[in-house]
Amino acid sequence: MTSQSLTSDQSVPSAPSTSSGGGIRGFFIRSENARGYALLAPTLILLFLAMVIPVVMLVARSFWTQSGMVQTADFSFVNYEMFFAKPIYWAVLKKSLYISGAVTIATLLLAYPAAYFVAFKVKKNKLIWLILITVPFWTSYLLRVFAWKLMLGYNGVVNSGLIGIGIIDEPLGFLLHNVNAVVLTLAHAWAAFAILPIYVSLEKIDKSLLEAAADLGEGPIRSFIRVTLPLSMPGVIAASLLVFIPTVGDYVTPKLVGGSGGIMIGNLVQNMFGRGNNWPMGSAIAVVMMITITLVVCVYLWLISQAKKRSS
Amino acid sequence: MNKSKFGALGVYTVLYLAFLYIPVLFIPLFSFNDSIYIAFPLKEFTLQHYVDMIERKPLINALYNSLQVGFSVSVISTIFGMLAAKTFTKYHIPGTKPLTAFISIPLVIPLIILGISLLTVLKYFDIKLSLFTVGAAHTVICIPFAMFVLISRLEGFDKSMEEAAQDLGETPWITFWRVTFPLAMPGIIASLLLCFTISFDEFILAFFLGSDQPTLPLYMWSQLRFPAKLPSVLALGSVIFLTSFAVVCFAEWVRRRGVQTQTGAAI
Repeated sequence: MTSQSLTSDQSVPSAPSTSSGGGIRGFFIRSENARGYALLAPTLILLFLAMVIPVVMLVARSFWTQSGMVQTADFSFVNYEMFFAKPIYWAVLKKSLYISGAVTIATLLLAYPAAYFVAFKVKKNKLIWLILITVPFWTSYLLRVFAWKLMLGYNGVVNSGLIGIGIIDEPLGFLLHNVNAVVLTLAHAWAAFAILPIYVSLEKIDKSLLEAAADLGEGPIRSFIRVTLPLSMPGVIAASLLVFIPTVGDYVTPKLVGGSGGIMIGNLVQNMFGRGNNWPMGSAIAVVMMITITLVVCVYLWLISQAKKRSS
Repeated sequence: MNKSKFGALGVYTVLYLAFLYIPVLFIPLFSFNDSIYIAFPLKEFTLQHYVDMIERKPLINALYNSLQVGFSVSVISTIFGMLAAKTFTKYHIPGTKPLTAFISIPLVIPLIILGISLLTVLKYFDIKLSLFTVGAAHTVICIPFAMFVLISRLEGFDKSMEEAAQDLGETPWITFWRVTFPLAMPGIIASLLLCFTISFDEFILAFFLGSDQPTLPLYMWSQLRFPAKLPSVLALGSVIFLTSFAVVCFAEWVRRRGVQTQTGAAI
């Protein structure tokens, strides 16, 4: 307490406005808060300038119009009308949500048992297992995606390998340039974002609860469903959001392994800002994408809270 | 651990690890293969692709650009992350939760959105794209990482040390330099290294905000179109992979060593 009074004394001259009313205690608390906010201010200002304002301006630009090379800053819904008038945009957005949903489910299902194994079955050298799991993610994202193109290509690693062993005579054409290739690649590229949060939430579970369940005669499967799984849900939910949200907007993976059938909404946005050169339209697509992601996430979280209420 | 305990789950985990590793391991494998085609059967062993890589001037340029951006980004984001971490661990200000959530937004926002948003602003104010614009964007996404690494470090040590320094009449500034800073050092190093690796590998923001001065991932992207240049890109990828791995292990080692000496001293 002495330290507080000492430091607060020093700040009296600089903050006289906060000293009105509330008594001595109130003043100390408020000045502590003021100094806390002051310390945080630079970071908040930076993020405001470099994140909030840009996103607001993106939304603003989505109401501009462009004809030829000229952009006009009149407020109009023309881009949004275009988005909903042309079925291609909706179709690609829906497909992107479908792909990201499939990727999220696949990644969670694949990662959960591995996280469970490290959290519960590994007794010694857990850190080594965790490092082993995360090492592949220290290659650049670009190369990880590109590695799959090399793997699945017509003259790629899998085809040439299978021909070499003599299992097939002709390269398999269906490996690359489709939705499945995108899902597979993304489920690989984002695996760490699923394993780590699930592992952390499993690790936090009080082992005595599991022993209690066993003592009460629950079998391993029932105690998993009734104790472990519900207690690990925070990790599963965090993992699903960490995988789902960024993958909806991905354009690198679809471009490299998706072919024409695997195009996602991110490709349309990137194209509008690149070769298509229609920034207002690109902004509008991006805004619709953001709103859709937010809605999907809200519905998802709402469903989870409903399920929780019903079970308790 | 004996075999019976390893069980089906252990076998599955090993298979899953194989799934994670195999595509990535083909990168170094084919970087030593004496052929420009990335396919089996393997030809002779060669280091030629690595020689090609070093001799390529634009590549070295791109490496230099990436190092510049990476160093600046890691220092600046760690300073901002430190300010935020200090606030959240020292002052229990109202609104801590929403403010932490606000600073974490860059972790979940799709990078393409951040990229085109920043591009829109830069274009509006007629600011030229350069390594600075790439660095600024990287700083935004690195701040939450720096903050969380530093929070976990600052939460770990005893607040009484800072209070003692202030009781002995040190000004807050001197307290920070002589007590907080040395104690937070392992966290600061971990944060610097983590932010550096993130910036060094980042592609999407650099793609939208980069100029004719490419960073390494941008350079790689431009080379992927030319099959003849692929093997040297693979060589480059292998080198980056090894370096990032070493850096990350070093960061983790520093962080853990810090935690150990800390608890050791406390006992």
